[in-house]
Amino acid sequence: MEKKLLDKEAKQFVAFRVGDQEYGADIHKVSIIEKTLNIARVPTTPNYIKGVVNLRGEIVTVMSLRLKFGLPEIEEDDETRTIIFRFNDVVLGVIVDSVDEVVTLRESDIESVTQITNDRSLDYILGIAKADGRLITLLNIEKLITELLEK
Amino acid sequence: MDMNQYLDIFIEESREHLQQLNTSLLELEKDNKNKEVLNEVFRVAHTLKGMSGTMGFTKMQTLTHRMEDVLDALRNDRFIADSNMVDVLFRCLDALETYVNTIATTGQEGDEAFEDVIDALHKIMENNGSEKKAEDKASGSSAPKAQNTEPAAAKSKIVELNQYDINVIKKAIEANKNVFQIHVVLDKGCLLKAARAFIVFQILEKNSEVIKSIPKVEDIEDERFDFDFTVVIITDNTEELFIKEINSVAEISSVEVTPIVLDEASDKEDKKESNKNTGSQKTETTAAAAASPQSNAEQHKKFQKTGKTVRVDIDRLDILMNLVSELIIIKTRLEESSTSKAGTDIESIEYLERITTSLHDAVMKVRMVPVETVFNRFPRMIRDISRELNKEIELHMSGEDTELDRTVIDEIGDPLIHILRNSADHGIETHEERLKANKPSVGNIYLRAFQDGNNVVIEVEDDGQGIDVEKVRKKIIQKGLESAEIVESLTDKEVIEYLFKPNFSTADKVTDLSGRGVGLDVVKTKIEALGGIVEVESVRGKGTTFTIRIPLTLAIIQALLVRIGSEKYAIPLGSIQEIENVKPNEIRKVRNQEVILLRNMVVPIVRLGDILSVPDVEPDENKKSITCVIAKKGEKLSAFIVDSLIGQQEIVIKSLGTVLSGVKYIAGATILGDGNVALILDVNSLAL
Repeated sequence: MEKKLLDKEAKQFVAFRVGDQEYGADIHKVSIIEKTLNIARVPTTPNYIKGVVNLRGEIVTVMSLRLKFGLPEIEEDDETRTIIFRFNDVVLGVIVDSVDEVVTLRESDIESVTQITNDRSLDYILGIAKADGRLITLLNIEKLITELLEK
Repeated sequence: MDMNQYLDIFIEESREHLQQLNTSLLELEKDNKNKEVLNEVFRVAHTLKGMSGTMGFTKMQTLTHRMEDVLDALRNDRFIADSNMVDVLFRCLDALETYVNTIATTGQEGDEAFEDVIDALHKIMENNGSEKKAEDKASGSSAPKAQNTEPAAAKSKIVELNQYDINVIKKAIEANKNVFQIHVVLDKGCLLKAARAFIVFQILEKNSEVIKSIPKVEDIEDERFDFDFTVVIITDNTEELFIKEINSVAEISSVEVTPIVLDEASDKEDKKESNKNTGSQKTETTAAAAASPQSNAEQHKKFQKTGKTVRVDIDRLDILMNLVSELIIIKTRLEESSTSKAGTDIESIEYLERITTSLHDAVMKVRMVPVETVFNRFPRMIRDISRELNKEIELHMSGEDTELDRTVIDEIGDPLIHILRNSADHGIETHEERLKANKPSVGNIYLRAFQDGNNVVIEVEDDGQGIDVEKVRKKIIQKGLESAEIVESLTDKEVIEYLFKPNFSTADKVTDLSGRGVGLDVVKTKIEALGGIVEVESVRGKGTTFTIRIPLTLAIIQALLVRIGSEKYAIPLGSIQEIENVKPNEIRKVRNQEVILLRNMVVPIVRLGDILSVPDVEPDENKKSITCVIAKKGEKLSAFIVDSLIGQQEIVIKSLGTVLSGVKYIAGATILGDGNVALILDVNSLAL
């Protein structure tokens, strides 16, 4: 893990992979990262909502980020993880292909995205960051999830 | 100064007091001479004044202070409460409620000063009992004047005592106490008059009971007096003690203590009055003996809170509830794992089951609240509505002590308000119409609550004009919801169901209250969200009855576990009438709807596998017999087709969480003994 020293503006992100893209989400919103869980399907929900799981006595809704981004579904493997996000009384599990590491980024490492296309997925993007020579798309997980609630 | 920790207590207690005030004012309206009620109202206003003063809410304090003036005058018979005065008092109540609500949301009392209400209170004081008031003023001021011109040696004029004071004093004398009138004069050069007076009052209160003060205590606290004041006290102590103690306070010019002797002649007349007035409750001045006529004491009890109670944070109750739920889940798991092993201690497990069930019941009881808390604002509401609509309506309530779970209580208020408003607005006819129909001129609305099996039933019945079914039929056609032929074939009951559809209203005018057509469908949704149902019955010309049925226990229920495809679902047992096994060829079709014949009844089929899009449902051909769970929704039955039955189980209802809260057909989820999740079906939305 590359540490950027004592920079007041430094934020930590959990870096994970969906498809061939790497994404990051604010670590403060991450509650726990689980391996695969038994999911109970919930009827009449959008296809990216996989269902609900029992997380130590709590019923948590789980969604597939792959499907939300319009990618085809793939088989689960050893790398697949469910990131449980928790903020403001909202809990949601997000299934990703793999979770890599935690990166610490400064404001200066993050470039904001200008609207290149009308692709809806760009609404949730905080910016693009460079770390270790890789490009990480930083997601505004709060916006993504809150928008789900409004449906 | 950190007032925040007291803010919660303040808000809660204020709300309680305001509720009391509401009830009392309604009583007062019915009987405007009721001394107990007047005293109670005064006491509440006084308490609220003190509370708001302590918290620094000056506007509230001012308002309650003015209320106190009026109320004090009322309870001392300086004038009688007429309907205008009661109206003003109600406005005060509304203003106070606004203050408390603002405080609850913002922590401050807000900017509203309710000038008009305060003016109204002032007007009352000015217009009424002006002679008596002037008298008091005159006597009050003349006494000290006498003091100033004549040195302490001369006897001061006795302070004007009203009937109430005389009664109190009489009782004290009968109890062998001393009654003194003490006149205190401060030094002319005294700067902190209020402070000195305060010290004097401290002495007085330590050694006696102060029953009257001229000027009033509040005015003295606010320094609204010249340089002297007079008090009447009841004490066991001697004159000398007071003279000595008060004189020892700095800047006191003179103290005069005079025993009060009552005129014998007035006694006999007073006796009758006094017997009526004794037994009035905690006023700060009562030193009267406890003996009071039975009826007064009983009335008094109604106003007091009965029994010892503890205020518990709702969150803590929820935590307790959760723990009990977890206990039941683990007990189920224990049961499952033990039935398979040999030599298991079945007795212990059965005992465990009994204990957890009892524990669950006990915790559920803790969360139960009498519907009274919701019902008690309705009399006021109906009173206001009947005025607004110019109709005479009386509300009769019964079964207020029926209990409902706390979460239900919070949700049931709005639907009931809507239904009551409906009855008042659309149901009850105007005065003239009622007389023409040979009905009593006063319309009646009956609000009843009672337990029926595992449900609580709340009925709202009115003796108004009933639902005009023909009008509804026309409206259905007019709105294009159904064709004329279909509308013809509908029964009256089916037609009335349309009232619950969104945006449906047959009201010709939109009044403030209803007619916008938004209400009844929201009522239905809210009640169904609580797991309940709402039904209507109406007879044209006679009246209408709305019946709401809500299940008692919410969190832990008995359910039937079923398998559909490879998925498990739970169906609440309370919604199941029976299980039927039918042969595939016994399924008929009526007007394109699959049905089965159940003891001469035609029951429509609901293929759960299809509705829930279960991926691997077993097709009928593969089954020798089809398992149908016959579910009931109110009076109607539906046959749910499942693949197999797993068994009956006590399950804990867990919410689906914020993300999925509005999902169709699913009432919640439960965690099975094996740790997997099974969804609980919402029968009401699945049944036809």
